[in-house]
Amino acid sequence: MAINQLTVFVENQKGSLVKITEALAEANVDIRALSIADTQEFGILRLIVNNNEAATKALTDLGYIIKNIDVVGVKIGDAPGKLSKALDILDKADINMEYLYAFLTRTERHAYVVIRVADNAAAEAVLTENGFHIITDADIAKL
Amino acid sequence: MEQRYYQPEIETMPVEQLKKLQSEKLVKQVQHVYDNVPYYRNLMDEKGITPADIKGIEDLHKLPFLTKADLREAYPTGLLAVPQKDCVRIHSTSGTTGRRVVAFYTQHDVDLWEDCCARAIVAAGCSNEDVCQVAYGYGLFTGGSGLHGGSHKVGCLTLPMSSGNTERQIQFMMDLNATLLCCTPSYAAYLAESLKEQGYKPEDNKLKAGIFGAEPWTEEMRRNIQDALGIKAYDIYGLTETSGPGVAFECSQQNGMHINEDHFYAEIIDPDTGEVLPEGSKGELVFTSLDKEAFPLLRYRTRDICVLSRKPCACGRTHIRMSKPMGRSDDMLIIRGVNVFPSQIETVLLKEGYSPNYQIVLDRVNNNDTFDVNVELNPDQFSDTVGGVTKQEKALAAAMKTMLGINPTVHLVSPKSIVRSEGKAVRVIDKRKLIDSNQWKG
Repeated sequence: MAINQLTVFVENQKGSLVKITEALAEANVDIRALSIADTQEFGILRLIVNNNEAATKALTDLGYIIKNIDVVGVKIGDAPGKLSKALDILDKADINMEYLYAFLTRTERHAYVVIRVADNAAAEAVLTENGFHIITDADIAKL
Repeated sequence: MEQRYYQPEIETMPVEQLKKLQSEKLVKQVQHVYDNVPYYRNLMDEKGITPADIKGIEDLHKLPFLTKADLREAYPTGLLAVPQKDCVRIHSTSGTTGRRVVAFYTQHDVDLWEDCCARAIVAAGCSNEDVCQVAYGYGLFTGGSGLHGGSHKVGCLTLPMSSGNTERQIQFMMDLNATLLCCTPSYAAYLAESLKEQGYKPEDNKLKAGIFGAEPWTEEMRRNIQDALGIKAYDIYGLTETSGPGVAFECSQQNGMHINEDHFYAEIIDPDTGEVLPEGSKGELVFTSLDKEAFPLLRYRTRDICVLSRKPCACGRTHIRMSKPMGRSDDMLIIRGVNVFPSQIETVLLKEGYSPNYQIVLDRVNNNDTFDVNVELNPDQFSDTVGGVTKQEKALAAAMKTMLGINPTVHLVSPKSIVRSEGKAVRVIDKRKLIDSNQWKG
């Protein structure tokens, strides 16, 4: 069920992100969502894209370290309190989150939240039980 | 009356007489070594040299060199030249497993070493009226014991502080009116900084001199320390293999270090050919002990590059002077007083499952060495969280600390991001600019 996230190790150097985004553009890859965790010296770029294979190849060819990992994607109503509810469900189920980030699309009245947990299946199960819609790579490709 | 020399008859001995003394001692030392150390005997037999061939200093060049590798191979007692029961102490190099050298001392050896340190203390203008704060580490390291023993010989009140615990150092320095400080130059600079932070001015302490060694330092650093502590700062040189600090020391002229030539004979050689170079040439320093009992060394290659000068010195000492070491003829680095070989970093990386693509970056900030190691990250080790990467960096730094004894800052970097020149990665970038001694004219 889970969706694929491209994780890229980026040193904090001028022009790094330009290089990455240009390479993705040339490979005709659409970025659906993006998040960066950074320190003074390095950053970890997390990407949800429409074509994982093309993106992985483009960046690996440039010498970047890429890790493809599964994360949980949840569709959330674009209204106050919806995200809070989803997080509360995970918390009550004792599922710890490493990080999360969200994105919107132009066409739908929904927000999407990407959540990194240790146990994807458990998180997806408890969210589904509580009426949330879990998205897949196929959904991402259609967005 | 001001004491100018600790052993005036030796320290100001006319050069011709000194050379005669060295020759006599060398002949005995070679015989002692040949008779008592099978390792040397085999080495000399292989070269077809007998002790009878060495009639004086002029024959020294006939003997083979001894290297650190030979010493390691002989670990722990292979070069011991007296029965172990005649020894009273050991010291050891700061090296790590496989690189450690153990040096043995009889009471005679300890005495001559402490005499050397006592000469350094008197040359720094001190006497039995002084209070000597020894802030070198005590233990296997020779720094603490050497200056401690020298301080006793001179009759100073000795404060055996050992290294670290800055609060206590400052308390004893101020409360007991220390007049002489012995430690590494970087620790002296750190102490000066701490004193300033606590609101002390240079004139508030009673220090008049400092004897600083065990790591390279510059004239600029000397000026900084002198100004910050209101003292004269003197360099001291030595290595565990030969005994410890005090093999050579600076006098009031602060212009090169007088080698204690009655105990240690110095040669400068071309590190590539082994050829002995004339006085004033830059090359590798080689030492021969002249009267050690337990751990005598013949033609030991220090790997330190320097220059010797026999120009007369205004202090009246006749012993030859050496410049500060200007570099190394091997790849050893001295970081915060600790000897580090790049290969040790490589060993840790391989052991921890990293590729051996690394770069050491050294700099000096506020008179302290910074030690950074950039390591190329492996794709299969990449964690997707900041905490994960930081944890890896810390674990690597801890593994290096265990190996080296000092703490680097580890930075994981992208694969192939470490600069390669002509296909070969540049392993060390040393920005410490310690080469001002290159101008030394003796």
